[in-house]
Amino acid sequence: MSESASTWSPVVEKDFAFTDEMRARADAAVKRYPPERKQSAVLWLLWLAQEQNGGWLSTAAIHHVAGFLGMAPIRVHEVARFYTMFRLKSKGAYCVQVCRTTSCWIRGADKITRACLDAAGTTELGEVSADGAVSVEEVECLGACCDAPMLQINDKEYRERLTPERAAEIVRELRQHAKDGK
Amino acid sequence: MLADSDRVFRNLNGADDWRLKGARDRGTWINTAELVKDGREAILERVKASELRGRGGAGFPTGLKWSFMPKEVGDRPHYLVVNADESEPGSCKDREILRNDPHMLLEGSLVAARAMGVARAYIYIRGEYWEPLERLDAAISEARDAGLLGDDAPGGAFDVEVTRGAGAYICGEETAMLESLEGKKGLPRLKPPFPAGVGLWGCPTTVNNVETLAVVPTILRRGVEWWRGLGLPKNTGTKIYSLSGSVERPCNVEEELGVPLRDLLEKYAGGVCGGWENLQAIVPGGSSMPMLPKSVCDDLTMDFDTLASHRSGLGTGGVIVMDNSVDVIEAVRRFSHFYMHESCGQCTPCREGCGWIYRVLSRLAAGEGEGDEVDLLWTITKQIEGHTICAFGEAAAWPVQGLLRHFRGEVESRVKEVTDVKEVA
Ligand SMILES: Cc1cc2nc3c(=O)[nH]c(=O)nc-3n(C[C@H](O)[C@H](O)[C@H](O)COP(=O)(O)O)c2cc1C
Ligand code: SF4
Ligand code: FES
Repeated sequence: MSESASTWSPVVEKDFAFTDEMRARADAAVKRYPPERKQSAVLWLLWLAQEQNGGWLSTAAIHHVAGFLGMAPIRVHEVARFYTMFRLKSKGAYCVQVCRTTSCWIRGADKITRACLDAAGTTELGEVSADGAVSVEEVECLGACCDAPMLQINDKEYRERLTPERAAEIVRELRQHAKDGK
Repeated sequence: MLADSDRVFRNLNGADDWRLKGARDRGTWINTAELVKDGREAILERVKASELRGRGGAGFPTGLKWSFMPKEVGDRPHYLVVNADESEPGSCKDREILRNDPHMLLEGSLVAARAMGVARAYIYIRGEYWEPLERLDAAISEARDAGLLGDDAPGGAFDVEVTRGAGAYICGEETAMLESLEGKKGLPRLKPPFPAGVGLWGCPTTVNNVETLAVVPTILRRGVEWWRGLGLPKNTGTKIYSLSGSVERPCNVEEELGVPLRDLLEKYAGGVCGGWENLQAIVPGGSSMPMLPKSVCDDLTMDFDTLASHRSGLGTGGVIVMDNSVDVIEAVRRFSHFYMHESCGQCTPCREGCGWIYRVLSRLAAGEGEGDEVDLLWTITKQIEGHTICAFGEAAAWPVQGLLRHFRGEVESRVKEVTDVKEVA
């Protein structure tokens, strides 16, 4: 909810259209809902568009989803901006999100964030490392409080029961992966 | 203490196989047709008699909630929505069910569907739960292949579909979840109408938590009397507690309702860091439930009614432990940051108040608060509470009230001397 209006650009950057594979997945997502309720698939389609677009949603991608579902583009923009996991600008290749909420904080989340920033060579949260490989952010509770402190990589993988040393190692590994082009 | 033979969740920690084979070995899906053969009313009566209360936070009686659905399915289909959005800080139990025993949820959804005339359920899972989502998807495929879901499901056609959320705590609120399922922003709806009358796409709908649904087949299988023999009157059966924070070994564990807090922490989590005497406070049921100081914790039992009598609540069963080294103001300030971040912004008291609370608490935590700011903080919480569309307002207000109720001295001790004395005319 905290994205500000300045975080997306109304300029249509690059054309976007689902690949055949993505189109098939999008069709399957639409079939999860009654035929007259296509709009319900909008979250699935934004996920697919974000995946195809390299981890963020361009205006063109949002418009493509709107066209696919027969929705007004503004409605899809609204949805994309409401849900924090949809990104409206591109981030580091790997996005490392450290949980900052109370259970994790009690078990040392601040030290984990510090260690990640240091290993990324950045000072600000959200800043992309000089090699373009990682950005470190803080997020709210990820529902793994009994495995605190923890972080998440690229909205998918959890790393739990961390020490600052282990967290730094994870960031270094990600930077290496980015360098190796993985 | 709960005997191993009475555990409902036999693979909570994931040591065993989560797939269909493992689930069947643990008793899931073995006689589902038998469980539902007596039909809608019979299932409903048994769930009512079990006194099962919802595990999603509010503790509303499940059988009663199901009975609000229309008796006959008319021209609008009935829907079950499974709340797998688990985003309340301190709660991480549904994740364990979803990834370590997903078939329990699927079987529970089927049984619930039979009690409400539902032919299709939607499971709404939080976007970050990727591993749980993958396993849930795999479990659904397995169940379809085995004829447990689909046209030949036990008791007639029934299927489930999944929607993946995308990072919005408010979508855990049931009407926001319905909006989100309809492909919109997750803005809570004004009630009435209630979902049982006008829910998903305007159709009769019931929203239940993952844990609530997952326990139902076992209740029917082992019998209502068995379930009522666990826990306390009106607080029957077992519950999964998430024990986090200042304990030696944080964990999720199933125990009876009414278990003494101290036993829970010492038997399963290795006790409070530095020993029981080093306990300062707990949050008993996820971030929105007011904290309780050690003096209350000494002989506290963990059930809905006891916690309510202390002006707190069991909530989701997420117990956050704080030992004496924890700054309780900062602990609550972190919650307030969360609520400020997650307010959907529809109601002015919530949208503005959550920001205010956070800013005042930040000043107080940093020792920059002045004079009457403690009273101001209390007043803001009262202006939010009861003046909003959804219960998020209470969720944001209560933790701060808990702090001021039990740790007011601590908060006041950080207030700066009032230097700026106004001239008296
Ligand atoms: C702000 C807010 C967030 C909520 N988040 C969740 C959640 O993540 N999971 C959940 O099961 N219930 C959540 N609830 C409660 C649901 O609205 C609903 O009461 C619950 O899913 C009902 O299930 P039950 O009767 O089985 O407990 C939330 C409520 C509010 C007000
Ligand atoms: S109480 Fe808060 S979260 Fe709930 S509808 Fe109002 S503004 Fe939104
Ligand atoms: S507080 Fe960090 S995962 Fe819940």
